[in-house]
This record gives sequence, structure tokens and C-alpha cells, in this order.
Amino acid sequence: MYQYDEYDQRIVDERVAQFRDQTQRYLAGELGEDEFRPLRLQNGLYIQRYAPMLRIAVPYGNLRADQMRMLGHIARTYDRGYGHFTTRQNLQFNWPRLEDVPEILAKLATVQMHAIQTSGNCIRNVTSDPFAGVAADEDIDPRPWCEIVRQWSTFHPEFAYLPRKFKIAVNGAKEDRAVIQVHDIGLDLKRDAEGRIGFRVLVGGGLGRTPIIGEEISPFVPWQDILSYCEAILRVYNLNGRRDNAYKARIKILVKALGIDAFRSQVEAEFAHLKGGPATLTVDEVHRVADHFVDPSYETLPASDAGYTDQLAANKAFAAWARRNVRAHKQPGYASVVLSLKKTGIAPGDITADQFDSVAVLADAFGFGEVRVTHEQNLVLADVKQSDLFAVWEAARDAGLATPNIGLLTDIIACPGGDFCALANAKSIPIANAIQARFDDLDYLHDIGEIEINISGCMNACGHHHVGHIGVLGVDKNGQEWYQVSIGGDQGNDTALGKVIGPSFAADEMPDVISSLIETYTANRHDDERFIDTVRRVGADPFKTRVYADREARKQAHV
Amino acid sequence: MSEIIKHGVIHEDDWTVLRLGEGEDATSVELPAGRVIVPLAVWLARRDTLGAQAEAGVLGVWLAGTEDPATLADDLLRLQLIAVDFPKFADGRGYSIATLLRARHGYGGELRAIGEVLRDQFSYLTRCGFDSLQPATGRYTRPQLEAALASLKDFSDPYQGAVDRAEPLFRRVTRKVAA
Ligand code: HEM
Ligand code: SF4
Repeated sequence: MYQYDEYDQRIVDERVAQFRDQTQRYLAGELGEDEFRPLRLQNGLYIQRYAPMLRIAVPYGNLRADQMRMLGHIARTYDRGYGHFTTRQNLQFNWPRLEDVPEILAKLATVQMHAIQTSGNCIRNVTSDPFAGVAADEDIDPRPWCEIVRQWSTFHPEFAYLPRKFKIAVNGAKEDRAVIQVHDIGLDLKRDAEGRIGFRVLVGGGLGRTPIIGEEISPFVPWQDILSYCEAILRVYNLNGRRDNAYKARIKILVKALGIDAFRSQVEAEFAHLKGGPATLTVDEVHRVADHFVDPSYETLPASDAGYTDQLAANKAFAAWARRNVRAHKQPGYASVVLSLKKTGIAPGDITADQFDSVAVLADAFGFGEVRVTHEQNLVLADVKQSDLFAVWEAARDAGLATPNIGLLTDIIACPGGDFCALANAKSIPIANAIQARFDDLDYLHDIGEIEINISGCMNACGHHHVGHIGVLGVDKNGQEWYQVSIGGDQGNDTALGKVIGPSFAADEMPDVISSLIETYTANRHDDERFIDTVRRVGADPFKTRVYADREARKQAHV
Repeated sequence: MSEIIKHGVIHEDDWTVLRLGEGEDATSVELPAGRVIVPLAVWLARRDTLGAQAEAGVLGVWLAGTEDPATLADDLLRLQLIAVDFPKFADGRGYSIATLLRARHGYGGELRAIGEVLRDQFSYLTRCGFDSLQPATGRYTRPQLEAALASLKDFSDPYQGAVDRAEPLFRRVTRKVAA
């Protein structure tokens, strides 16, 4: 994984000093609320419902064991003992004191971390595939490119006050695990006919209140030009994006208003000036960065470990975990492990200080000291020997990180919602927990199979509800919390936006609604069909009919 | 007189920024005496009569965020001062306008940020090619401006190229892979 050199380190150190000064001026009353806001946001600091919230950057989801320990230390010292991983692979603390934030940032800087551009109307943390470098379906490792984009976008002086936030995601595998179609820029690594590397570039995707799937602006931008090309897109957006209405300020609205062809011609005109300029990447620079992402020193092992096979046969619980939480690896004898942060009753994505430490221990002992964050809000040990899996499972189980539910119904994505977020219409976490509690039978969960439930507390869509197979959106009805349900959304190569099934539901109806949807699925599915496949094949109608019929029946039963 | 920062030094400054009021017209508005920065519309309407003043360094032109700097491409050699207006400090169009004026059109005269120009943006403004920064009169005390000058050096080695240093870090220095 990337390690700072003296330049990277100096930049984060200088940032800490700058923010310390800004915070002092704010606390001294020299810097007004409005003037301080974008400065603190560009350091990840929100003022929330009950307390400030600090969002720490986890560049493209990569973490090291020492960083995990530091996060645990911060959770213990400055927060209430836990943190929260987000759908953008970042980490949030919900209870820091504003006065402490410069100190927290200083501590983060000692382990090469920061909160730079994790919020605000600037280029945000670059996101990518949590299985980068180890996935069997990967063509090109996205991590060096993510790091190159990260450095280019960090403190880019021209693009710090954009009309709205700007998110870039990079994918290098056959199956897109970085949701590039719903990012402001989606970069899809490709090879041309001669085998040269470049990017298919998507633009104008996004969720939020106007969900839009990104469109292709270029089928192939050679790697040398990618920063210049991004600069051209950003400049056209910075100059022409709407600034009169925050809800219409994202690049997706500009792309829609102009049409992709007109937008493309503006970008191409700008790019014509920039192409071949100083931002052109060099082989040396790409190699320098890529050298940080070489394979760890794998042992030469048989494709399948005999001991592991025996353990699977001997221990049902271990086998159930392995079936969901262990993924194939490109290297014979190795596997990737997903540590579940979706234990029933815990807010999805939450992690305690002790768990930070446990994960650090696991990473050091069994995973080359590295950890990844997934946008589904779980953690990954990317490189584990099959012969170590049993030990990893035991330790993860003791730490409460081995819920065998990855990809299953209880692996719910949820935003912090009304329990924390000032913008919320409704709570998300209790809904997630109520659904998890309803579906607590492991055999039934496995029988239901792969399904994604995504919950957002308002239309800002932090919980990605539009792309959930089942999406749940908190809405406000006369000051009360209600939930709108959609089905048919999907992420990845088949990205689709879900469709609302009908009138919204009260919080206590939600587990029943999910049950009705699931029963409709199990009644209609063909062999090996996932929930989303059945929805696609039979359409939404049978689901709707059943959900509202069941609701009516429940009402009758209560009269 | 207002205090501005120019080439990294605090200066007393006597330029007046002319803004068209309600009902005022670019062709007829009366220009104040002394050194004046006029809106682009005034310059475009009266370029022939104002040209000599511009060349003499007593008249400059300011651009709004909506205005295309290419409009001034043919005038850049005559103009000694161009200003870019920031109606709100969070309105970042001016950063691109400045970049285009400098990097695309080769403008070499004074480039001034006017409007809501705040010290916490000084460093980004400078990097995008502004060599003079004019906060609202009275916005900062002298000691505050002096402190702000120091903050221009907050970052010693930025990653990406910009107007001030066109080359990105990877072209300016040799970065080694840590062993
Ligand atoms: C608790 C404080 C939070 C606040 C105040 C907040 C605020 C917002 C706002 C205002 C938007 C909509 C912006 C727009 O559409 O232009 C948004 C979108 C988003 N946020 Fe958050 N958010 C918070 C937490 C989170 C968390 C915890 C996650 C991850 C679980 C997250 C991930 C996202 C994502 C993925 C989007 C959608 C991006 C898109 O539109 O493409 N946010 N957030
Ligand atoms: S979706 Fe809404 S409620 Fe949830 S975190 Fe985002 S802004 Fe807050």
C-alpha cells in the first residue's frame, strides 16, 4: 500500500498547522461561522445534530494496522469509543469536540492519515474496489491510479470551490465494485487494441435527490492524459455548473442540461489545450506510485489447503462463515476475508475501539498488515493464507466481526440517519436493526441468498437506497417518520435505479414489508435466481400486490 | 485608500472599482476620477476612448464569474490590470478565469481578486495566478493582514501544477520510493 515520502508527509503536517490556526481564529471569534464552514468541511468536520462529526479519509479504502490502532486510540480518547465506516470507504467519528479536532488531525498525520477534502464542494476522497490487487477478475490494478488522482486533487487550487462536491471512482476489474456509474467521474481502466492502458471515462452520475447514471464521455483516454482530461472536465464544470441552487449544482445536472454531446465538445475543446501539457503523466511517476502496490511476498502454496478443507468439513459454523465471508484470491492457497460490521443490533458500519485493535492484530498476524474498507461498510483482509482462515475466524468471532452474512439480507447498508444527522427525515439505524432482528435465522438467510438492502434517512442518499435491490428512503409526512420502499435497483455492471413500489410505510411496518417482498421472491424464484433476478424477470407488480395486500390483512387483523 | 496584498507585500492602494448601479448603462456611466477598474461591459462599449487610459495604467477591467476571459484576448497587451470579482468567496469560478487568463491567454499584467476576498483563500488565489488580492476595505486589520501574508507560505510543495508553478511535483523533484 502507498507509503508517504517526505513530500506527502509535509503536506499533511502543513495542513494540520493551517487548520489549527483556522480553528483558533474561529474560536477567538475572528473567523465567522460562514467563513469557517467551508474550511472545516474541507477537513471533514460537520456540525451535526448533537455534536460535530469528523470524517477521516481512507484513500480508496486502504488502511494499515498501525492506522487501525490509531483510529482505535482516537475513538477511545476523543469519541465515545466507536467509529463508523461509510459507503464512501471513509471513517466517521460522531462525538469529537471541535477544540480537539486539530489535535486529532495531528495524531492522524503521524500515521499518514488526514481528513482532507472529505467534505465540502471540492474533489472528494477517491473510491475504488476493495479487492483491488487480489481479485481474479481484475485486468488492471486501480490503486496506483487512485493514488495519482488523490495527489492531483489534493489542494487543487482551482477546484476547491466548485459548485458542489465532486466524487471520482476508479475500477479495474471486469465486475465493477466501485459503483463508477453513480460518480461524478467514473474511471474504468481499459486496454486498447495494442494493449496500452487507458480509461473509459463516465461523467455525470450521482445519487442524491436526482439519481442519474453516468454517461460515457470518452471510450478511451490514454493514461498519460488522464489528469489533463479530468482537469478539462472540472474546468468546464467549475465555470458552467449552476451556483444558484445547491440542489441543481452537481455536474450531473449540467451534463443533463447540455446533453452529453454538447458537454463532451466543451470538454474536448478544453482538453485540446491541456493535452501534452505539464500534467501529462510520466512513466517514472506511474512506476514510482505503482511500486507501492506490488504483491506482498506470497508463499508458493497448493491451490487448495488440505487442512482448510478438513476444517470446513468438520465445523459447520466455520463453513457457514467461509461460504459468505471468504472470497477466492488470484494467488493459489490464499483467500480474502470480509470482516462483517453488520452484526444484528449494531449500526451498520460501526466499529468499536477494541475492534479497531482486534482488526489490527489480525492484519498483522495474517494479512501483511493491511485492511480494506468496502463501500458496503465492511472490512477486508485481502491476503490471508487458507491455512490461517480458521484462526482468523476464531479471532474475528471473539471480536464480534464474524457474522456470516456478507451479501445476505442482514448485510444492510445504512446511513447514520436521524440518530445523528441533522438533515435526516427519519432514522435509518433502528430500521436496519429491526430488519436484521426479523431475519435472524441463518438457514433462512442463506436460503434467501444474495440481496442488498440499502437505507437512507433522506433523499441525499448517503445509504445508496437508489441502487439497493430493496431501497428504503426516510420521508417526512406531517412531522412523522415514514419510509418509501423501492425495488429493482442494482450496483456494479448492471447498475439500475430502483422504482418506488407505492405509498410509504410506518417504521414498525418495515420488517413486515421486507418479509412480504422476500416471500414473493421465494414463491416466484427459479432455481439459482437471486432476488434481483426475479424482480427483473417478473417485474415489480407481484411484489407490490403482495406487500399492500399483506398490509391490508394486517390492518384487518387489528380491527 | 485600501490595503491590498501585492506580490506578497502589503500596499496602500488607490484604485476604485466601478460597479454599475441600478439603471446605469455601460455606454454612458460616468467614470470616477483617478485610477479605476471598470466592468467588462464598460470596456467593451468604450474600448476606443478608454484604450489610452488603459495603456497608461490608470484604467483596468474587471470580469464577473459569468464572463469569458477570452473576450479580452485581444486586449491583453494593452491592459495593465485585470480584476476578477468574487461575489461570494465560495464562488470558485474566478480561480478558473484567472488560470485561463494566465495559462491560456498569456496575460502578464496585474491580476487582482476583488469582491469577497478572504485571507483563507489567499493561497489558492495566488496559486491560480492572482498577484494582487484586495479584501473589502476595513475587512482586516494590519496585523491580521500580516498574519495572512505568512499563511501564503502554508504549503511549501503542492502536488499539482498551477499558474504559480506550472510543473506538478513529480516533474519538479525526483521522488524516490521509500525502501
Ligand atoms: C452524518 C452526516 C452526513 C451528512 C450531513 C451528509 C450530507 C450529505 C448530503 C447533503 C448529500 C447530498 C449531496 C448532493 O446530492 O449534492 C450526501 C450524499 C451522500 N453521502 Fe452523505 N452525509 C452524511 C453522512 C454520510 C455517511 C455516513 C455516508 C456513508 C454511509 C455518506 C455517504 C454519502 C453518499 C454515498 C452520498 C451520495 C453521493 C451522490 O449523490 O452521488 N454520507 N450526504
Ligand atoms: S442520507 Fe440524509 S439522513 Fe442519511 S446521512 Fe445522508 S444526509 Fe443524513
